[in-house]
Parts: sequence; C-alpha cells; structure tokens
Amino acid sequence: MNKELMMGNDAIGRGLIEAGCQVAAAYPGTPSTEILQSVINRKDQAVSPLHLEWSVNEKIAFEVALAASYTGKRSVAVMKQVGLNVAADPFMRTAYLGVKGGMLTVVADDPGPHSSQNEQDTRLFCLQGRVPVLDPASPEQAKAMIKPAYQLSEKYEMNIVLRPTTRVCHSRQSVELKEPVQLDRSSAFKPDTGRWCATPAFLPALHRTLNEKLEKVAKEPEWQPKKKEGNNSQPRIALVASGIAYANLVDLLDELGLSNTIDLYQVLMPYPLSPDFIANLKENYDRLLILEETYPVIELQLGHPGAVGKQSGAVPKEGELSPDILYRTLATFLELDPPADLPAKGRGQRPSLCPGCPHRAAFYSIKKCFPEGIFPSDIGCYTLGMNLDAVHTVHCMGACISQGAGFHQAYKQDGGKIPTVVVTIGDSTFFHAGIPALINAVLQDARIIVVILDNSTTAMTGGQPVPTMGFTAGGRKSKIVAIEPLVKASGVEFIESCDPYNHMRFEELLKKADAHTRSEEGGVAVLISRHGCLMTPAVRKAQDAPPVIITDQCLGCGLCVDTFECPALSMDKENEVAVVDPDRCHGCGTCIQVCPAQAIVEEENK
Amino acid sequence: MKQQILVSGIGGQGVLFLTKVIAQMAVNHGLPVLTSEDHGMAQRGGTVLSTLKVGDFAAPLIRTGQADVALILWDDNLAAHCSLLKEGGALFVNSDKAGEGDRIDGSKIAREMGNSVLSNLILLGRAVRKKALFCSEEECVVAIRQLAPAKFLEQNIQAFTTGLNL
Repeated sequence: MNKELMMGNDAIGRGLIEAGCQVAAAYPGTPSTEILQSVINRKDQAVSPLHLEWSVNEKIAFEVALAASYTGKRSVAVMKQVGLNVAADPFMRTAYLGVKGGMLTVVADDPGPHSSQNEQDTRLFCLQGRVPVLDPASPEQAKAMIKPAYQLSEKYEMNIVLRPTTRVCHSRQSVELKEPVQLDRSSAFKPDTGRWCATPAFLPALHRTLNEKLEKVAKEPEWQPKKKEGNNSQPRIALVASGIAYANLVDLLDELGLSNTIDLYQVLMPYPLSPDFIANLKENYDRLLILEETYPVIELQLGHPGAVGKQSGAVPKEGELSPDILYRTLATFLELDPPADLPAKGRGQRPSLCPGCPHRAAFYSIKKCFPEGIFPSDIGCYTLGMNLDAVHTVHCMGACISQGAGFHQAYKQDGGKIPTVVVTIGDSTFFHAGIPALINAVLQDARIIVVILDNSTTAMTGGQPVPTMGFTAGGRKSKIVAIEPLVKASGVEFIESCDPYNHMRFEELLKKADAHTRSEEGGVAVLISRHGCLMTPAVRKAQDAPPVIITDQCLGCGLCVDTFECPALSMDKENEVAVVDPDRCHGCGTCIQVCPAQAIVEEENK
Repeated sequence: MKQQILVSGIGGQGVLFLTKVIAQMAVNHGLPVLTSEDHGMAQRGGTVLSTLKVGDFAAPLIRTGQADVALILWDDNLAAHCSLLKEGGALFVNSDKAGEGDRIDGSKIAREMGNSVLSNLILLGRAVRKKALFCSEEECVVAIRQLAPAKFLEQNIQAFTTGLNL
C-alpha cells in the first residue's frame, strides 16, 4: 500500500486530483489555504487537464467552479468559513439550480477561532442554504470522502460541501494514495433557460425538486451515521459526535477505559440528517450526548427529548471542544468523578509584524502624523498594526474603506474638526473587496486617506500571488493588473506611492494627503505604501544586512520597543537599555529613524 | 507503543520542521502518527504549539497532563504549555536561563553554527541522547535526510549531532 505522511489540506488536495477534478478555484484563507496549494504542487499527478486559480475572491472562485460544472466536468471551490459569506449569493442559488458535473465546495471552519474573525459553522450555513455537508474527523477520512462526494453530487446534480475544521486541515497523518480516475470528459454545456436562468416563475418547482432530493440524500446508505456498538453496560445511553470532536472522543474513551462500553455514533453528513437515524435514536435511547463544532446543527435536527449538547447548555456554546472540555462534559453526562480543575495557564507570546516588515514602518508614521486619527484596517498580517495603536477597527475583507467612509460621514454631520481617517488595506484585500468600496467613498465624497499596503503578495496565508505580479497559481504567466490605474479609474485624484522605509518621505506624503482631504476641491487620497514582504525570499535576500547595533547613547526610553514594537528589540531591564536580538533582526534599519537619541546604528557605523 | 509529544516555540523557530521530522520518524518506524500544528496569524512571531501522538490514536490534540515528552524552544511558553506534560514527563527546554527541565542554550550553539533556527534539531538531539523519544539516533538522521532541503542538509545533521553529544 502506497502511503504518504501529509497534512489534512494536502490530503484533500490529493483527493481532488484522485477524483478527477478538472477546475479548482480558491481564495487563500487560514485554515484552508494549503488545499489549493497542494493541488498546485501535485498538478503533475493529475491524469486529466487541470485548471487552477487563485481567484480574486471567494465569490469569483465559486462561480468559476460552478460554470465548469455546467459543462459536465468535476470542479471545486475552496475557501475558509468567512469566505463562504463572500460567496453566499451564488452558493444559495446553486442549491436551487443544481450542478451538472460533480461540484464540491470545500469550506474550512475555524472553531476557536485560531485565525479568523468568528467561529461560524458552515454546517449551519448549509442547513439554511439546503446544501448537503460532510464533516470529516481526520485527514484520512477527509480524503476518503471526496470521490464518493463527487458521485453523490453527480447522482443528484447538487453542490456538496466538505467541511473540515482547523484540527483536520492542520493535522498530519499517513494517508493512502490511490490512482487518479480517468474520466475523459469534454465540455458540453447545454443551455436550459428554465434552469440556468431560472426566473421566479421557475423557482417554486426547482425548490420542490431540491427538497425532494434532500429527502433522498438523507437516506443514502453510504452517508448514514456509523455506529460503534457498546457492550450494553450503559443501556439506553448513546454518544453522538461529528468531525474532530468524534476523534477526540474516541481517544478520551480509550484513555478512560470506556471504549466499547457505550453506543457511539459518528455523523458523517450532519445535514441533511438521516430520518432513519433520528427515529432510531428516539426509539432506542433515553439520553444522548451530542458533541459537535461549533453550533448545535445535529442537536437541532434530532429534536430528541433526552439529548443534551450545545443547545441544552451541557456543552460549551463557544470555542473548540478541546480534549479537556470534552472530558468535563463527558464526566458530567456519565456521572463520572469530575476531572481536576485545570491549572491556570500563562499566556504565550502575542504575534507581531515581522522584524523588517514594511507595514510597521508605515503604521509608525501614520500614528506619528495623526495621533488623534481614526484608523480602520482590514484582514491580513497588517491587522497586527493594532500593536502599534495604528489599527482601530478590523472587520471583514474590504470593510476598512467603507468603515472609514462611515466614520467620516458621522463626524462631518457634527460640524467642527473632523478627525483624520487613515484606512490601511493590503494589496490582496484591496483587489478582493476594496475596489467597490473605494468607488463608493469617492462618490459619497468621504474625505479619507486610503493607504494601500502593497507588499506584492498575500502575506498572511504564506505568499500567494496578487494581480500585480504577472503570474498566477503555480507560476503560470498572467497579465499584470496594476493598482494605480484602478485607483485612478475609481475617481481618485490624489495618488502617490512611496517606500515606507523612507519615514521622512512617507510622512510628508501623509500630510499632503491629509491636506488634500481637507481642501475644498479635494476628495479621497490614496497613498500606496510599497515595499516587498520580508517573507518573500528574494526580497529578504536583496536587503540582507547585519543586525543593527545599539550604542551607549541609548537613553532607555523604550520607544523602539513599546511604540515601534519591533520583536527584534527588547529592554534589558537591569541596565535600562534597549537590546537587539541578533537572531531576529534583519538589519532593515527602519528603527534607526525612530530613535530619539540616535543610539541605533548600522554595524559599520559603530 | 504510544507516545504523546509536544513541541512549543514561537513562529520562525522551526517548530513545524521539528514536528515533521518526528512524525516522519514514526512513519519510518511503522507507527501510526497524528500531528496538530499552528498555522496562520500565530506564525508571525507568536506562540505556536505542535502536538504529536504516536501509536494507536484517533485525534492529534493532547489533553492536560497526558504528554510524555515536551520540547520547548521558547522558554516563556512553559507557563502556557507545561500543563500538558504528565507528572514525571520528560521536559527539554532551549534557554539561556536556569529553571525546570533539562536545559540547553541551543540558540547560542546554533548561532555559533551560523543559524539560530538550528536550535530545533539541537534540542531533538538532546532528547534522543536522553532516550526520551521513541526513536533512535539513526532514525533521526534518516528522517532529517528525507525532509531537509539539500542546501541545509549537512548543517541540519550537524546541529542534531551537536545536540546528541552535549
């Protein structure tokens, strides 16, 4: 048997190739990013032609995959849970209209959350959207689900959602490799206006068909909950779990010596939940413990009088179901001795912008120029500008520009001095959802400064290409879509760009931008802060320099540590001076301009 | 054989690479393995934790007081992660300060070797020398050879060997 140690996301990527997927589109986002990356890396393993793309956003990724399915080919759209909010519009309608070739939407949820703005549950989204959803408990199971999911999708002509969570995506396991299927499909789109253009007149019938299909899907033998039978020592009690909560529960029962003592069910498809399963539980059990992440999707559908879970309050309603929380919950349910109280945990190190990060220099200047300013920001590494107090709001992709405009409109009504509003948005986020917001700000005459933090990559998720690069997924050559012409075409009259490493020039431009927003003939000002991401190897190599040195002129004021917040600098409390961590300093020198005592110098100037 | 191992550090210290090396050793050894890793925002210099469960397990997360071995690359993380270690578990810490556990200043040694990130394999060498892990010295070398980029291979082996001989 050919096995390979791989991450959950890689297993999903390989599974897509094995199942004959021919069009894969995604927008990166933790914890889903490595799925498309895996398909890119494994492209040579595919036996059919394969189109791959990092789409500009999730809605676009979904629609590209959708139309590919209309031609009869297998496709996939990949995103994180909040990406599905962006793709919600086409996603909801697809439930009614259906698909042709198999289509999967892989949506990675982030209970906790670890790297997201909320911990919404895609399974609940699917219940609302009437879309079948699968909930794997391990990388191996996630991969094993893909081929039968495509078959299910084609049997009923429905989009199917695979919903792994962070602990599946970022888990590593030995997974069996199988031969990719050879489907030999050619594109054959058949126009069907009553379906693909369905106007309201057609929708009641389509909705009825959808509901009929869901009833059948719920009874599909392959997707029925799996039972591990107990030894009847605990009669009329059962445990019901899905996703990683199931896997954690298996380990916990083993640890407690309770394996095979209680009936245990793994729900593979939380929606639509099997009616036979619901009836079986009602008939055979008086008490049930339901363990699922993050919302009570199974529990709500069961409607069992003896079921306890997130809805009843027996299971915490928020956060991950960690093994410790599971233990406490299980102990209460089974009336075991309660586990000892957890020891108080210290906090770890908070994340911060990397040493040498151009965003730090930009944020420092913004805060310095406008100490009373309002600073909406956005989703990406640069969210960490909050450590420099240069980020006041973070909401969702692209929101900073519209929020900035909203702040301006609210303050303007009051008369008096309007605070300077500086919004910061990354280059990838700008393309994703910033452009309509910028046009709106111009139209509504919102006097804001938009700083586009252009580091020529999607940094937070590990460096996916952006439209300005001239190449796309897997290094395929593409046209270049530049930022300046887009900004200009949006009606912005003040456009400047500058390397934020040059504090003086950058601050000069910020002040000019502020004057523009305040002048009678002015409007929105856009300043592009341009410097490559230090995580990009070529950028790092090009500016490789020895660590800076702190001379004995250091006053110990702590400005470079507290205000500039470079993680390569810290205070030596004993000697009351700043010290450089040579392991972390890249010698970018941006801190040199910050030190009021000129105590930070480049090595050769010692 | 069952062993639960945690690897703790901050983003950029090579926690993921060390996790992969240990997982690969389990695979080479013919043992099932599950890992859990931190990706995303935390990788920007924040605290990151990997857990590994070697043997017959279903899930990768470790419950409080169940880890057999802890490899701590960032001393300040002890407060956050040491509660996972069982009583009498083997604790290895990369630090220049005194404190609990078996401590070595791997970063200093690694810096002398030209790259502070090598402290991850130095600590692995130390743990293998103390016979805390399920695997042998030779198995480590094989796994490092499988996973390290060619350019850094010899340096990685050297770091591991240095840790082994401390």
